[in-house]
Parts: sequence; C-alpha cells; structure tokens
Amino acid sequence: MTRQKTTANAVEVRGLVKHFGETRAVDGIDLDVREGTVMGVLGPNGAGKTTLVRILSTLLQPDAGQATVAGYDVVRQPRELRRTIGLTGQYASVDEKLSGWENLYMIGRLLDLPRLQSRRRADEMLERFSLTEAARRPVSKYSGGMRRRLDLAASMIGRPRVLYLDEPTTGLDPRTRNEVWDEVQNIVADGNTVLLTTQYMEEAERLASELTVIDRGKIIAEGRVPELKAKVGGRTLEIRPQRAAELHQLVGALAQAGLDGVGGATASEETGVVSVPIVSDEQLTAVVGLLGERGFGIADIATHLPSLDEVFLALTGQKATHEDETAYVDEKEEVAA
Amino acid sequence: MSSATDTAETAGTADTPGARSATPAAPSPGADAAQARRGGGEGRIGLRANLRHIGALARRNALQIKQDPESMMDALLMPIIFTLLFVYVFGGAIGGDGGGSRDQYVQYLIPGMMGMMGMSIAMAVGTGINEDFRKGVMDRFRAMPISRSSVLVAKSVVEVGRMLVAIVVLLIVGFLVGFDVNGHWLGMLASIGLTALFGASLLWIFILLGLTMRTAQAVQGVSFIVLMPLQFGSSVFVPTDTMPGWLEAFTHVNPLTHVADSARGLMLGEGAVAGPVMWTVVWAVGLTLVTAPMAISMFRKKT
Ligand SMILES: Nc1ncnc2c1ncn2[C@@H]1O[C@H](COP(=O)(O)OP(=O)(O)OP(=O)(O)O)[C@@H](O)[C@H]1O
Ligand SMILES: [Mg+2]
Repeated sequence: MTRQKTTANAVEVRGLVKHFGETRAVDGIDLDVREGTVMGVLGPNGAGKTTLVRILSTLLQPDAGQATVAGYDVVRQPRELRRTIGLTGQYASVDEKLSGWENLYMIGRLLDLPRLQSRRRADEMLERFSLTEAARRPVSKYSGGMRRRLDLAASMIGRPRVLYLDEPTTGLDPRTRNEVWDEVQNIVADGNTVLLTTQYMEEAERLASELTVIDRGKIIAEGRVPELKAKVGGRTLEIRPQRAAELHQLVGALAQAGLDGVGGATASEETGVVSVPIVSDEQLTAVVGLLGERGFGIADIATHLPSLDEVFLALTGQKATHEDETAYVDEKEEVAA
Repeated sequence: MSSATDTAETAGTADTPGARSATPAAPSPGADAAQARRGGGEGRIGLRANLRHIGALARRNALQIKQDPESMMDALLMPIIFTLLFVYVFGGAIGGDGGGSRDQYVQYLIPGMMGMMGMSIAMAVGTGINEDFRKGVMDRFRAMPISRSSVLVAKSVVEVGRMLVAIVVLLIVGFLVGFDVNGHWLGMLASIGLTALFGASLLWIFILLGLTMRTAQAVQGVSFIVLMPLQFGSSVFVPTDTMPGWLEAFTHVNPLTHVADSARGLMLGEGAVAGPVMWTVVWAVGLTLVTAPMAISMFRKKT
C-alpha cells in the first residue's frame, strides 16, 4: 500500500451539520483524528454517532461544513476517499445468502485484490475472527455475534488506512470482544487510524487514546483519556456485606482508616451496597485488607468503571438525553424487516 | 458501458446542491484541488477494474440463486408449461383439423415464444432489485471504491443467463413435441443471441420499475398489466392477419412481433429476415440507450 499523502490528521471535520427534518443529528461538529491513533466517539442513543460515521464514509451528504479523510474531501472526492476507508456500520452489511467465505472473497475482488490473494485474505480473516468452522455456511444461519465478526472482517480485508467502527462490539460475548479489541490494536500498530463509536467506557479506555463525547449532535467534552477520566472519576468499588446491618459500620470503618477515596464512601439501604471511589490500586488493596482484618462478612465485591450515564452526569451535570430513543428503535426495526 | 457509468458518477457527485454551496473554500493542498477538477485521478475506476467488479458481483448474484434454487423455477417451468398448454390446448383448434396442423402450430409457436421468455424473465428482475437495494449490503458497496452501476450491470448479466436457460428449456421441450429447425442451426444460434439482446434491453425497463415502485408486490402487479397486452397483441401465438385493423396496427409496432418474426425467419427459413431483425436490433439498442442511463442514475439516487 503506497502512502502518497502524509497529513498529521487522518480525519479532519469542521463545522459539520446534518439535519433530518427537525432533527439536528449532527449540529456543528469539529473533530481531528491524528494519524495512527484511535479516536473514541462516545454518546447516548440518538447522539449522532452513526450519522457522523455515515457522512465520513460518503454514505450521507452533509448539509454544511467540511470533512476530509486522508486529505480527501467527503463531498468532492468520494471515490478517492472510498479507497482509503473501511467501514463496519452499526447494522450488518454482509450478504445473507452468501457464505462467510464468499462474502469476504467478493469484497477482496471488489477491492481489486488478485484472486489468489483474495482467497488467502478470506481464509486469514475468518481464522482471525474464529469463523473458520462457519466459513461455508450461509450468513443467514449465523448468530448475531458471528455476523458482527464477519462484518468486522469484511471491513478489514483491504487493510484500510482509516477504519470506522460503529459500535463494533455491541452484542458480542467477552471472548470475542477481546478478539476484536486485539484486532483493532493490530491495525493501529500497523500505522492505520481508527474512529470508533461506542457506548462502553471500558472499550473506549482500552482502545482510544482520545475521546470525544457527543450529545444531540454537539460535542460536550473531548480530550485524552486520562484527562477525561480525571474529570469523570475512576473506578468504584462496590461491597455487599452479608449482613445488611453492617452497611453503616462498614462506611464508618473505611472513613476511620482514611480509605474512603475522594468523594467518600456511601451506603445504599436499597441495594445493600457500599460504594467506594477508588483512586489507586494501593487504596483498593488496603480496603480489601481492612475488610478481612475487621472480620466483615462479604457477600459480593466488585470494581466497576463509570457507565456512560455516569460520565454524562459528571461532564454535563445532567442525565443523557434519551428522547430520540423511540424513533431510533423504529428505524432499527425497519432495517431488520 | 464504462464511459456512461463514469459520467453518471460525476454527475451524481455534482448534483448535491446543499452540500456543495455550504462547503467553504477547501484548505486541501493544490494537488488535491487540481485532481478534483479533473474529476478523477486516482479515484477513477478503469474499464478493467469495472469488469472485474461486475464479475465479482455477478458471482454473488449467481451464488444467491444457488442458495435459493426456487428462484430458477420460473426459467425452468414457464417454457414447459406454456409450450404444453398452447400446443395441446390451442394447437389443434388454431391450426384447423387433424394432427398435422398441430405439428404446424408447433413450428409457428416455438420461435414465437422465445422473445416472450426473454420478456417474462426480465419481469422478475424488478422485484429482485426492489428487495436487493433495501439490504444492508448495499451500504457496504456504496462505501467501496466501485462504480455503483456495476451492481446493476452484474444483476443484468446473471438475468441474461437465466433468460438463456429459459430459452434452451423452451427449445428442448419444443424438440420433444416435434419442433424441427430443418438444419437451420446457425439461424437458431443467431436467434438465441438476438432474443438475449432484446431481453437484456427489457431488463432496464423492469429495473427502472423496480426502483420506482415501493414494494415488490406493486412491481409484480404493474409488470403483469404491461406484459399481457404486449404478449397477446403480437405474432407470438397466432398470425396477426385475422385481427381487426387497429390491433394489427398495434402488433406491427410491438417489438415482440419483430422478435418472433425474426426468430421464425432465422430458424425456419420462412418469411422475411432482414426487416424483423433490423427492427429487433433497433428496439433493443434504443431501449437500452434510453432506459439504462435512467435506471443507473435512479439507482444512484435511491441507494
Ligand atoms: N435517515 C434518517 N432519517 C431521519 N432521522 C434520522 C435518520 N438517521 C438518523 N436520524 C436521527 O438523527 C439522530 C441521530 O441518529 P444517529 O443514528 O446518528 O444516532 P447514534 O448516536 O448513532 O445513536 P445510537 O447509539 O442509538 O446508534 C436521531 O435523532 C435519529 O432519529
Ligand atoms: Mg448509531
């Protein structure tokens, strides 16, 4: 693959706008994705993530603003642009009636790979996404997760310089999710660029070097992952004592030992859980040690990352908007039908 | 084909008014802008690449048939049913009395029905396209560096293949019920080729219909209404000279009459050949030139 253009930014978006009637799906977005990095785009349902990705892959025309990918303008140079990108859309875009292998082989041929190489690439990608056994079965007989993986494989066949992944791991089990993450990391290690939309903080943290959080078509926060995490707060430890009566004793003990993090530990009578903000691994170790020392009976203990809702709460001081959810569900059903 | 394709592509990109006017002056390097003005450069899809893409997509359409063999039923059964129906139900009556006249009718009917097979198979493409372009896989094709028309052209290639199957089945059934080309084998091949050419031109009309109508059922309904008068108001089943004047006049314009007459001329060595063949070619080329670009540009807009 020859690299004729070298720009620091693989994707540049300026003042991008797309309206659907009254809905401002994308409402003035500026975005830079540096070459060879992963940009995570986070946002609730209806935030405009898919619309943004579709504009950047020439499937939709913007109403205003400008966007270039690998130096090519999305409106004026769509054909050049399509040579540099790979797309895994939110909805499966493989041929149901063909087998997994035939789908990949066809895409190899459409990308002008020679026959032999198309064959090899198809085998290789099926192997990497654990689909070798299902290679000859028609896609209509695949499970949802298998289809998703095939879709990902299809978008990576041509080793695109810029890869868009629209919620790539939604609906995948933990093992295949890890496979996908490994694959994305390989792609970036080769010097390619990934723009990833997701609903999962964990995914964003694992893959992205920078994050953009959007809501209602507008950017509400952006920056490098550690910066945003500092704003949002890190992990939380949740402890469920065996005896509900010990809830408040536990909070008291943690406060006494100075192990209750920055915001302080809180107990919820409703769920029977004590939540402790965790700032470091040392603090986590000390908390667990304290529990044993004092002889608290523990029914359940787990750390968790802030959910997208909590991120929104922290960044904007308000709940994420879900007003468009019904419209979105309709659209999804139509696609399925 | 390819040059028409590329023009359509350029036109399609240019006619997005909102996006264009709203785009501020591009800060991209001068080389890019120059390339954009030339309307191609490294983005252009060459003829060879186009043919390769059409091949890959035609393979897809052929594999779809393999996965869904019922979709070949029309091409296999229609020629058998129509031949048996017309030969044994109408054959005796139409030809007059005695078994000999049925044999004469076979000679008349089989060449006539070739064009009709082309038309009936072409009709099915409308419903197929209508379903196809709703599928998610279209999104993938659209985001790939291929000419969008290649999706339609590939579909047409496979449909012409289906037409050839129907025509061959028709001839086989014909031979079984006594059809005889009297050694005009070359004429038969020429006739098959001519029918496929005519059928291919009809494909574009039905593709256009399939893209215009909202549902596959609507496509089927409209196609059927158009098809019936064309098939029966022609020389396909009976000679036209017993028809009233206005109807006979219609049959002379009807391309199916020309296709049927040229097949008879070529395969039986009877009647005029040059005239019907010329009119068939004129119709086929004319229809393709008018409807193919329309279908392609509509496909670009719709998908
Ligand atoms: N084709 C369309 N026609 C009309 N409205 C649309 C269309 N596509 C998207 N929208 C609207 O634009 C808004 C943004 O949608 P989009 O699909 O970009 O959101 P998203 O961030 O991808 O959401 P999700 O997380 O649910 O996938 C929504 O309000 C949606 O209803
Ligand atoms: Mg989406």
